Parts: sequence; structure tokens; C-alpha cells
Amino acid sequence: MVCEMETDQQTEEMDVEVLSSMWPEDVGGTEPDNQFNVEKPAGDSDTLKEVEFAEKRTMADLKRLPDLLNTTDQGSSQLTNLVKQWEYMQDHAVRLLREELKILTKQREEAEAKELKIIEEHNFETEEPENVPVLDESSDLFRRFKEKKRDKLVGRKRIEIDEEFDTVAYWKQKALSLEKMLEASTERERRLIKKLNESLKTMESHSAPVEELTQNLKRAEGFLHFILQNAPIVMGHQDKDLRYLFIYNKFPTLREHVRDKDILGKTDVEIFHGGGVKESEDFKREVLEKGKASKREITFETDLFGSKTFLIYVEPVYNKAREKIGINYMGMEVTDQVRKREKMAKLREDNAVRKAMESELTKTIHITEETMRAKQMLATMSHEIRSPLSGVVGMAEILSTTKLDKEQRQLLNVMMSSGDLVLQLINDILDLSKVESGVMKLEATKFRPREVVKHVLQTAAASLKKELTLEGNIADEVPILVVGDVLRIRQILTNLISNAIKFTHQGKVGIKLKVIPEPSFANGLELNADAEEQNGLTETETSVWIRCDVYDTGIGIPENALPCLFKKYMQASADHARKYGGTGLGLAICKQLVELMGGQLTVTSQVDLGSTFTFILRYKVATSNDHSDDQDEFSDMVDHQPEPDDSTEGYFQFKPLLGSIYSNGGPVIGNNFLPHKAMLPTPVKLINGNTRQSESGYMDDTRLETGSGHCPESTHQYENGNGPCPSKESESCSSSQASSEMESEFTVSSPREDVKTETEIKETSKQPKILLVEDNKINIMVAKSMMKQLGYTFDIANNGVEAITAINGSSYDLVLMDVCMPVLDGLKATRLIRSYEQSGNWDAAVEAGVDIKTLEDKQLCVRSTNRLPIIAMTANTLSESSEECYANGMDSFISKPVTLQKLKECLKQYLH
Amino acid sequence: MELVQMQKSLQDYTKSLFLDNLKVEESVLGVIQKLEFMGVLDSQFLQLQQLQDESNPHFVSQVVTLFFQDSDRILNDLSLSLDQQVVDFKKVYPHVHQLKGSSSSIGAQRVKNACVVFRSFCEQQNVEGCHRCLQQVKKEYYLVKNRLETLFKLEQQIVASGGMIPAMELGF
Repeated sequence: MVCEMETDQQTEEMDVEVLSSMWPEDVGGTEPDNQFNVEKPAGDSDTLKEVEFAEKRTMADLKRLPDLLNTTDQGSSQLTNLVKQWEYMQDHAVRLLREELKILTKQREEAEAKELKIIEEHNFETEEPENVPVLDESSDLFRRFKEKKRDKLVGRKRIEIDEEFDTVAYWKQKALSLEKMLEASTERERRLIKKLNESLKTMESHSAPVEELTQNLKRAEGFLHFILQNAPIVMGHQDKDLRYLFIYNKFPTLREHVRDKDILGKTDVEIFHGGGVKESEDFKREVLEKGKASKREITFETDLFGSKTFLIYVEPVYNKAREKIGINYMGMEVTDQVRKREKMAKLREDNAVRKAMESELTKTIHITEETMRAKQMLATMSHEIRSPLSGVVGMAEILSTTKLDKEQRQLLNVMMSSGDLVLQLINDILDLSKVESGVMKLEATKFRPREVVKHVLQTAAASLKKELTLEGNIADEVPILVVGDVLRIRQILTNLISNAIKFTHQGKVGIKLKVIPEPSFANGLELNADAEEQNGLTETETSVWIRCDVYDTGIGIPENALPCLFKKYMQASADHARKYGGTGLGLAICKQLVELMGGQLTVTSQVDLGSTFTFILRYKVATSNDHSDDQDEFSDMVDHQPEPDDSTEGYFQFKPLLGSIYSNGGPVIGNNFLPHKAMLPTPVKLINGNTRQSESGYMDDTRLETGSGHCPESTHQYENGNGPCPSKESESCSSSQASSEMESEFTVSSPREDVKTETEIKETSKQPKILLVEDNKINIMVAKSMMKQLGYTFDIANNGVEAITAINGSSYDLVLMDVCMPVLDGLKATRLIRSYEQSGNWDAAVEAGVDIKTLEDKQLCVRSTNRLPIIAMTANTLSESSEECYANGMDSFISKPVTLQKLKECLKQYLH
Repeated sequence: MELVQMQKSLQDYTKSLFLDNLKVEESVLGVIQKLEFMGVLDSQFLQLQQLQDESNPHFVSQVVTLFFQDSDRILNDLSLSLDQQVVDFKKVYPHVHQLKGSSSSIGAQRVKNACVVFRSFCEQQNVEGCHRCLQQVKKEYYLVKNRLETLFKLEQQIVASGGMIPAMELGF
């Protein structure tokens, strides 16, 4: 049947619209006029394809369909619909047949009329036979008839020619033959009518297949309707200009608001407004242009039906001549699905993100745990290794004071230097790990670069065993007072200098300081905020970049060794390591420290000519105005001091001397070089003078005189940086005496130092005032005994409050402060003391609940500007870390248990 | 007992108190392992002996006696505190810290180490751990007390016999 229909397709493509557009209208059951077209078996190819498709399914479903139709509401409404349709169809068939009949009747009438005419003509023909052909042409039927007649006529003519032409017989014969012809014609007519009637009958009998066809069509339609009734689907056909020729729309809103008439013949854009409309129109146009079916998801945002997403399928439609005539499109609403899908995608994304974060977190936690464990381990190690080791070294030192023969002493020296090396290694490792784990904190303190350079060189000179010249050269523009972490800077300088000395056998080692413009590595890359904060740098304050070169005339570094120079445990070569020793950590620490402070450490070197290590750091320039005392002292200096002012002097030199203690074997008390921390302003001269006088070996008193006589004020000057200084001249003398004592006491390498003499001197000189803050009686007892042996006495405070009270009451040169104490711990007490030093009052302490009695203010104000050295005594646990001590304003720390050696070194450093 | 012999045995005895601690190995790991085998006293005790001289001839015994007095009291307080229904760790902690400081100062390293563990249990507020640690601390404390008392007795015997207490040879 389908085939039949397809072969029947003669109708123009334009019929499609008419046919298709009926779909929705059928449902509404509207205009019967339009209905007419539905029955037309011919149709658009696509529609037919659809039907075909449905048909195939129908084949299988035909049995089920009636069931479905009977059992569902939809079905029954569908049935009513079908009945109605059927009635329409019947009506139409009848009408059609009638029309056919009418035509046939008309034809018959015509035929009869013609027949009559013919008869008449033939009547004429007897007179004017020429007329016949003219008439003959009017009808097809008659032409044939005529032709035959002519043939006959011709034949007759020929026969008749033989006869007489103008005879009655001839005419008679002619009349006869005409009569016969009439009969035949009548006969034919009768047959035709019969045939006509037959065909009429056939016509009627034809209605049966038409009906069947219609029914099948209906079934297919009903089936489609049944399925599509509630499907969220829009179907349509649009012409080349994308004007709707047909639309099936399930959505009631559209039907309510827009009449079909308002849709047909219009484009999407004309019907709808809002998001997505243009896009769908463009999409349809694209398909039309490309000629390829395509699908797309479009979200509409229109007033008519709100926000809905449609999956739209568009295919181009061609006519027989393969010309594009429009598009079919079908849209299915997938808003929920899209929403779900998006939700899923989002969930998946969230999930992925969360997973990534989780793994990141786990990693971080893992790393943190590792770091913590490592830190814990290091802290434990530092404590557990350092204590026994310092015990070993300490005992060895004590041992070196006993009577030993030459061999024993040599062995002991090796033992001590090895012990020192291991201690240094441990300290280095700890430093490094502190920097790496970010525990290292930087301090911002005011310091004098010239002094630092000088101290470092002095220290180096003191332990120098080679004939090297040490020199310091500081450019004039380098500020007198800058702010930075002086401890770390000193550490870096010391490290670099000792490194330089180690690899230099003759010539010079020196430090050069100069101000440079902002280096390129600092451009764009702002100082890391931490470092900035630590250095006390803020943008408003003036800062200065200082370049520091540490140069030597040593063995140099081959170029290929430069890259790994700053790596941990690396030395230029294995040979060097064997020859020169060292931990291989020093430069790594220097580099890390410099970088921590936001600077850069570089090196240039030439083999056999020497190396130059350069570090560039930014410092805040400290104004000395806020230190009124300093100013006073400067002016004092000018008055009393003919020699160049030490704080601005830019050049120092420490020259090697002939015959060191190691070569002459003489008494060692007067060291060749000024021992470190002996704060003498013009070292070269003094050293020369001293050496001359100290030939006999023991010249402490002389030197004492020389020192204090030449430069009482400048010695005094030095002390400002580090400790409270008794302000008047006599006191400064005594403090320089004190430093001389320390001098004589200084260094491990003067083993035969006469302890008794030392004690004697101490008795004659003024004692520095020391305060021990400690709550443990046993610790106090031990410390007291140690101090006694070192020749000092001290006051005791049992907790932080007592300490503050004591400091408030009298002036101290040094405080040894336990960290963990009842009532007020050492850290808090130190903070309060520092706050007092800055503000000149104990407000902070009072606020913290410490009962302070009012004091004579004058003395206070002067003293409050000096920084009282506070040394922490820590058990070296994590909770009492050295960082915390520094952070709370302590200057240094001694790890517990306190040993004679540690105490001695500390006092040496802080009591000049 | 003959004086020389007494002096010798005092030296030997003193040495034995340090014994396990003195085989310091070179490697860091070795040092940590050694902690388990450490002697009753560490080098800090040598520091005390070093501080003792003619001007202060009884320094070591004074300090140690003070340590005993102090520790007896602390241990007593700790026992009481830990036997309470609700343990007040704010009270316990300072005691342990004090004892750790004291023992560290006289070089009673095993007591000190036990205190370190004790203190960490205090920080965790672990009552059971504290009890165990208290027992451990007591054990170590009585050990060191016993040994030191023996040491002083030996010294007294030497002094009573009119001899000199030999200076510790530090080379071992």
C-alpha cells in the first residue's frame, strides 16, 4: 500500500505543508475543509517516510493498538476522534463519487450532443461533405471516430468511382451507407455509455481500497498521536525563509498565547523573543545552508515559556529536483536532564577539586609531620649531643690546665680542636635546619657596620696562625648606624673571613663595604615580607643597599667548582676537604642567611689569585638623633679624642707580626694580636706598643694602663652597643680594665694562663654587677660556685618579678635569666625589661601585675637608653627555644646544665 | 682498710658511676643509642667536683645534700598530687620541672631523663603515664642517692683516716 502511495506521488511538494499542518488541527478537530486534504494519498516524501516508519512499527503494533486505544483514556478520545474522521471521510468519498458521476454524466451529455451534431453534420454532409473534418477536430472521441469514418469514406469513394456518379442509385447507396454508419455510431455510443457505467461502478468499488488506506493512515496517525500526546516535543516544517508552514507543539502555553495562524508563515524571531531564539534561527539557517542534518542543544529564555532547554534536530528538506525547500525540525525539551547533567558535572568537578585538595592537604600534613618530627629530632639531638660533647670539650679544656708533657698536650690539642669541630658541625646543622624549616627569625637591631667589620677582623686576627694581613675598608658613604640582624650578619662575615683565611697562605684577607644603588635582583621582586618585617624595614623609612666584599689572595676556586660551592656538604674538591677540613656547611649557611634577609651572595674567583665573596643586603638607615646619648658621646669624643673617631673610621689593618707564640715558645699571655672583644680603638698601634712591652711575657698591668690611658672614651663608646656603661670617665676606665681582664682570660689557646694572677687582678678591679635569676636552689648553688671560680659575684633573684625589682633598684652589667620560673617567667620578664628600656618607665610591668616602687627618675632616664645584656639559661627543649629567647629580647642563651666553660665564654662576650 | 687502697677504690667507684656514658661513639646515632646505657652520672658532676677547692671543700656534698633534701620533698609532693582523685597537672608540672633542673645540675642524668619523659606525660595529662614515670624517677633517684651516699662515705673514711681525697683523674 505504501508503495502504491509512493508511486502515486505526483503531487507537487507544496502539498506537504497542507497535509502536515493538519496534524495538530486534527487534534483540535477544526475546519472540515482542510480535512479534505488529509485523505489525499499523495504527500510529501518526508511525511511519507515518517508514515512508513510508523507503518513498520504499526505492523507489529496493530494488534496492540486497539487494546491500547480501548484501555486508555487517551485511546478512547482518540477513537472518538477517529470516528469523527471516518465520518468526514465517508462524506467526502460520497461527495467525490458524486462529483465523478457528475462529470461522467456531463460527458455523456456532451457525447449525446455531439452525436446529434454529427447526425446533423452528416445530414449536411450529403450536401457539403467537406465540412466534416472541421467539426471532427473538436473532440478526441470524434476524431478517432471520424478517421475511421474517413477511411471508410475513402474506400467507398473508390468503389463509388467505378459507378456512376450522378445517379439516384449512387445517392441511394450513399444514404444507405450513412444510415449504416449512424447505426454503428449509435452502437459505439451505447457501448461507451455502458463502459462509462462500468467505470462508474468500478469507481464506487474503488472506495474500498481508499478506505483501507485511509484507515491505515488513521491508525498510524492515531498511533503517533497516542505516543506523542504528552511527549515534550515540538515538530515543525519551515520553508527556505524559515517561515513556519507546519508546527506541532505540545506545549499549551504556546497554543494559548499564539494562535496557529499567528505562527504559520512566520519565523521564530517574529514569534518569540528572548534568549536562544536567535541562536536556534541561526542554527536552522546553518543546517539549511550546509544541507546536513544536525543536532544542537539550545536554551531558550522567552516570555512565553520561560527558561527551557531544547535538544533540537534539524534536517534539510529537498524536492524532487533536489532543491532545498526548507527544513524539518524537531525539538525535545531536556531542561531537567540538562540541569541534572550540569549538576552532575558540577558535582564531579567539585569532587575532583576536593580530591585534589585532599591529596594536597595530606601531602602538606605529611610534610608538616615530617618537618615536625625532624625538628623534634634535631632539638633532641642538639640537646642530647651538645651537652655530652661540650662536657667532653670542657673537660679537655680543664685537662689542658693541668700539668702535661709535650706529647700529652699535643694529643689534647687535637682532641679539643676535633671536639670544637664537631660542636661547630652540630651548630651549623642546627642553623641550617632552622633556616630551612623557617624557624629562623631575624632581629632588627641598630648596629655600626664599621664596628662589626672591625670586631670580625679582630676576632679572626686573634686566632690567626698565618702571616696574613687582615684589612677592613669601609666607604665614607656607608651610614654609621644601620638596622639589621647584626648577629646573623656577623655570623656571615665571620664565616666568610675564616673561610678566606683557611684558603689563603700569604697576602691579604679583607672586608670592603660600600653603598650601591638598588641591585637588579631586587627589582620587581620585592623583599620578602618576612624579611622586610624582620629587618624592620618599612617603605617610608630610608634604606640603603650595602655591598660587602670579602676578598682574599688565596688559592682561588676553579670555575667548574663554583656552581656547587654553596651546596651543603660540598667543597671545591675532595682533596680540598682532606687538606683544609671543615664541615662544608659554612657557605651554604651564609647563602641561606643572606637570602633570608632578602639579599644575594655571589662569588668571583681566579685560581691562584684569590676569591671574592660578595653579599648585597638592604639595611634601614638608623638616625642617631633618637639616641641623645650617642650624640653626647660623639661630641665628647671630639673634645677629648685627638685620634680619628672610631665610629667613622673607614680603614683597619691587622698586620702579621714576626714570632708568634707558636714559634718562640715563650709565655703566651700577651697574645700577638688583640684578642677578640678587647675593645681597643687603634689596634695596629696598640698591638705594636703592647708587643714591645710584653716581651717579658706578662704585661697585663702595663697594657691596662696603655689601654685606658690612650682611649678611655672610645672604649666606652664601644660598650654602648652592647651593654650598659657606667657613664662617667672613671667608670669607663674600670670597664676597660674589666675588658683587659677578659683579655687575659681569653682564648683556649693560651693554656698556661695563670689563673691566680687573673684572680688577683680581678680583686683589684671593679667588679661588674651580675644578676642571676633562677628559682632552683641547686642551680643557684652550682652557678654561684662557678662564678666564684671565675672571679665574679652576683645577686640572686628567684623569679621574674624579683628580677625586675632588682633591676629597678640598681644597675647591672649582665643578667643571667632562667626561662622557666614560677610567678613570672624569664621571657616575660625580659620583655618587660626591654619595654622599660625603650619607654623609660615600668608601665608595662605594672600592667602585667608587677609591683614596682617608684624610683629616682634621673638615673633611670639615662640608664633606660642602654641595653642591658640578658642571657637566657634554657633547658633547650622545644618550648624554650633559642628563637623564642631572641624574640623576647634576650641577647644570647646558655643551654643548661650550665658549665664553667659556657659561663666563661658568655661572660667574656658580654663583660668587656 | 688501708688508705691507699681506699683512695683507689674511691676512684674506681667514682669512675664506675660514669661508666656507660664514657664510651662515646663517634656517630651521632651512636650517641643516641648510648643514652640507653648511660651511667648514673654525667660530666656535670665533674663540673661540681671541679668547683670544689680549698675555699669550698665540701661543695659537692653540700650541693648533693641540698639536692637530696629538695628531691625528697618533691617526690613526696608528687606522690601526693598523683594520688589525688583529680590530678592537678598545674601542680605536678612545676615539681617535675624543678626536679629535672636540679638533677641536670648535679649530673644525675638518669633522673633527669626520666623527668623529661615524666614532663611530657604531664603535658599530655596522662595520669597513668605519670604514675609510671614517678616510679621510674624514684627508682633512678634512689639509685643515684644510694651511689652518691656510698661515694661520700668512702670520701669521709679517707678523710677520717687523715688522707686526701684524690683529685679526679679526668682522662678516662
